Amino acid sequence: MENNPNITKRKINIRWLFNMALRDSRKNRSRLLLFISAIIFGIAALVAIYSFRYNLQHDIDKQVATLIGADLVVSGGKTVDPTVEPLLASLGDRRSEERSFPSMVYFPKTQGTRLVQVRALKGEFPYYGSLETEPVQAGTDFKNGQKALIDRILALQFNVRVNDSVKVGEVTFLVAGILDKAPGQTGISSGVAPIVYIPLQYLEQTSLSKKGSRINYSFYYKYDKPVDIPKVVKSIEPKLEKVQMGIETVEIRKENTGRAFGDLTRFLSLVGFIALLLGCVGVASAIHIYIREKIASIAIMRCLGVKASEAFLIYLIQIIGIGIIGSVTGALLGTSIQHVLPSVMQQFLPITISTDISWLAIGQGVLLGIIISVLFALLPLISIRNISPLNTLRINYDEVNLLRDPFRWLVYLLIVGFVVTFTYFQLDSWLGSIFFTIGISIAFLILTFIAWLLMKLMRLFIKSTWGYLFRQGFANLYRPNNQTIILIVSIGLSTAFICTLFFIQSILMGQVKLSSSGNQSNMILFDIQTSQQKDIAQLTKQQHLPVIQQVPIVAVRLDKINGHTLADVIKNPKLNIPERAFTWEYRVTYRDSLSATEKVIKGDWVGKADPGKEIPVSIEDNFSKRNHVNVGDHLVFNVQGVSMNAIVSSVRQVNWNKIQTNFQVVFPTGILEDAPQFHVLLTHVPSAKVSAQYQQSVVRRFPNVSIIDLGLVLSIVDGLLDKIGYVIRFMSAFSIITGIVVLIASVRISKYQRIQESVLLRTLGASRKQIFAITALEYLFLGMLSALTGILIAAAGSWALAKYSFEIPFTINWLPAILLFFIISLLTIVIGLLNSRGVLNKPPLEILRGN
Amino acid sequence: MDTILHISNLTKTYQSAGRTLTVLDNINFTVAAGSTNAIVGPSGSGKTTLLGLCAGLDRATSGIVELNNINLGKLSEDQLAQVRNQYIGFIFQNFQLLPTLTALENVMVPLELRGEKNIRARALDLLDKVGLSDRGHHYPTQLSGGEQQRVSLARAFSNAPRILFADEPTGNLDAETSEKVVKLLFDLNKEAGTTLVVVTHDLELAAKTQRIIRIKGGKLVADELTANA
Repeated sequence: MENNPNITKRKINIRWLFNMALRDSRKNRSRLLLFISAIIFGIAALVAIYSFRYNLQHDIDKQVATLIGADLVVSGGKTVDPTVEPLLASLGDRRSEERSFPSMVYFPKTQGTRLVQVRALKGEFPYYGSLETEPVQAGTDFKNGQKALIDRILALQFNVRVNDSVKVGEVTFLVAGILDKAPGQTGISSGVAPIVYIPLQYLEQTSLSKKGSRINYSFYYKYDKPVDIPKVVKSIEPKLEKVQMGIETVEIRKENTGRAFGDLTRFLSLVGFIALLLGCVGVASAIHIYIREKIASIAIMRCLGVKASEAFLIYLIQIIGIGIIGSVTGALLGTSIQHVLPSVMQQFLPITISTDISWLAIGQGVLLGIIISVLFALLPLISIRNISPLNTLRINYDEVNLLRDPFRWLVYLLIVGFVVTFTYFQLDSWLGSIFFTIGISIAFLILTFIAWLLMKLMRLFIKSTWGYLFRQGFANLYRPNNQTIILIVSIGLSTAFICTLFFIQSILMGQVKLSSSGNQSNMILFDIQTSQQKDIAQLTKQQHLPVIQQVPIVAVRLDKINGHTLADVIKNPKLNIPERAFTWEYRVTYRDSLSATEKVIKGDWVGKADPGKEIPVSIEDNFSKRNHVNVGDHLVFNVQGVSMNAIVSSVRQVNWNKIQTNFQVVFPTGILEDAPQFHVLLTHVPSAKVSAQYQQSVVRRFPNVSIIDLGLVLSIVDGLLDKIGYVIRFMSAFSIITGIVVLIASVRISKYQRIQESVLLRTLGASRKQIFAITALEYLFLGMLSALTGILIAAAGSWALAKYSFEIPFTINWLPAILLFFIISLLTIVIGLLNSRGVLNKPPLEILRGN
Repeated sequence: MDTILHISNLTKTYQSAGRTLTVLDNINFTVAAGSTNAIVGPSGSGKTTLLGLCAGLDRATSGIVELNNINLGKLSEDQLAQVRNQYIGFIFQNFQLLPTLTALENVMVPLELRGEKNIRARALDLLDKVGLSDRGHHYPTQLSGGEQQRVSLARAFSNAPRILFADEPTGNLDAETSEKVVKLLFDLNKEAGTTLVVVTHDLELAAKTQRIIRIKGGKLVADELTANA
């Protein structure tokens, strides 16, 4: 193109562009706001989650010391090795000692028994925070006598009050106080195993600290003067590692807690992001129609000398403007919603959550809202560049050319890039974010394809013999200016997302319930001494309960794998053996045959050991994969200090879904019979009453035996899943609302599109009823098809998640899906009809003039 | 007299259903600056296409359009937009006012684009000339057809164009209003000394110009001077 001296070069006048953007939006502001309201809820969800995350992080920083209650904690799962005793005694300025273990306790007043976490404590622990009790002084006073603190859950369950008694092992304690809060304790953890504190000096008398009991030894240290804790840790860690003791500091706990809840908030932000994406699809389609209506105006401006880039900028300014309004509104809404989150989440959290306004979250939300609304609006906006001034003389809007526009593909690339990057920041995994983006894209493509197919099929199948209303209603699905694709995509995506949440929740719940159904074992007795084994089986039978399984358990550790020790593995990571293979304490059993839930997939099962030879052990499939151990490999086990050379004789596949004792390693008979061991007994109790009676009789005769009532645990898990489900539903509600807003926006756009022809039909004499029926038919069909497609996508998605992510069998609960199908279909018709009301109720001329 | 528009061997074809459709076939003519011209012909003869090409709204398949000594075929889209803003005024059959702008703002747009001064006063002055000084704050939908076309006239003259293209300016108006609008168009044109090219099939309107160019089947079939010449 040549430079011609007769053409004055003109610079873009930004001020004028803003002025024009404002003027041009005049008669469309309510519509633009409706479009942008689709992103409000997505932004609100994200800002709420971000605010919650930042407040949580801040609160963890502030309260982390109270989570562990000391500057340094050393703990281990076995009796303290005498070689480190001097070291342990030298640490800190103030020291406390605790031994904790699961045990049954008995409340004489109500004759109730329950498995609890007993904590026998000596010293002034906690140094940060306090044992919050009622009465307040009980938190420190209980250590001065034969007194105990019991968790409030126990007090409520067994109607225990202060000054009642509780029997722990062979000692009866006076209940000095009801425990409301201990360091690091959450509502959920105390629900599964409520805490009972007793003074350490009485532990021996309870007879619960015998050999074979699973006691955790903890030492709490407080430094009165500032000390470089990481330096201390570095100096003592190797020594303690040797005797299998672990260290925890405020910093380590801070990291772990932050990471754990980081995962949760990341997942929730992803849920919010889906709501936002859904809204953006709505915005893109609404802007597409908006720009289509603006072709004439843009062509006039082009005639008057407005450059293509200036016309593009005028509308871009409008989109940024409404993007800001939508994002700020969303951020304000999110900031108020975040007040609800702590009350929902408090159950899971060991700290008190504040609900301060987080300007960082608001800023991120607003920025994200603007970027994403502009990014999605760019798709229709770039077509402005192609609008010719010739449209003033004749409308000539060639859509086919737009697909060939390289900028369009650049925008697609930008959107995909943005989604992948944003998801990466939430998931912290490129693979995960790519899968997420691919999943969303596949759902999007399927829905677009279904809509396209529907239009093709309708065109083919509508017969002239059909009634006029049916022909008209169905023809609306493919005629020019139809909303078929956008409605099917937006309604279908919302349905798919909501339905996936329901499916996954019910699959997980079903999995838990499956385990407790029928005659499967629902009560586990453990810590049974060898001498008690027969008596307990007899007691169980006396109570007319089945002894489903009775197995010996021996705690062992791995010292060597094919000659390599932990030290070798640390030194040489190329050995490809995980460190935890050596640090883990394995609970193994010995028997001469396979159980019903196992099958050998490699090698041969050997049930009896040959004296003097390597011990033939059977390993579980996952153990084999995780530690890269296979048939013929050599293992050295450490059984309570005794080294045992073993060879892998077989690899088993185990069905872990059945509630029964399953093992990673099984020894043959003839080796471990004399090793220190305890036994486990599984039975099935038919009711809560029988359960209580049985537990009482066991605990009275065998105070060292612990009982897990799976019914109780399941009800807690049930409650937990319910609460998690509530949080997820709360977040997915944003998607639902967004879906509805998108639906309203899409239907309202179609109203503008359809108004002319409805008016024409009315002018030609169509009755209100006929127009009503035509509209209802169209939306009914759209709603039903979108909901159905969405549900099928959800079923496929849930299947993939169940199979590849949760690795559990896929089952489906169709009831919520059917309900959802009807709700979505109905909602689509109702919104469609409500929007058409304007056309139905007014005389045709009034609308023609107004338009 | 200077030549403002030079059309040489102008051809425009379209591809339609695999066939080449020739809408304009080898058109040649020139337009003198300050003259008034009418392009007439039956529906589908190619008059509007010719106007679109002359005004730089479309690109020719072959041939040259030179406006004010600028070869439009060699310009980019943005340069064409600049040419329209700098040298051309438009009047359309269906007025083509921006619906979200008031009458006054519609008149102001070409001036604003040029970044000129005293825009408001000049636009008000033009509205006054077309007899709509009291309707400046009204939106197009609040004006009658005749009023909208008068606003359109004011807008067309606002940037003092060298040439004014009018596409069926009275096509959507009743006889009485048409007469008033046409009178206004010629009066304003005379006052401003602008070249006028009117596309119409209203022969009465065509007869008011100095020259009539007849198009039929995409070909220039007659080019005659009228009594006003």
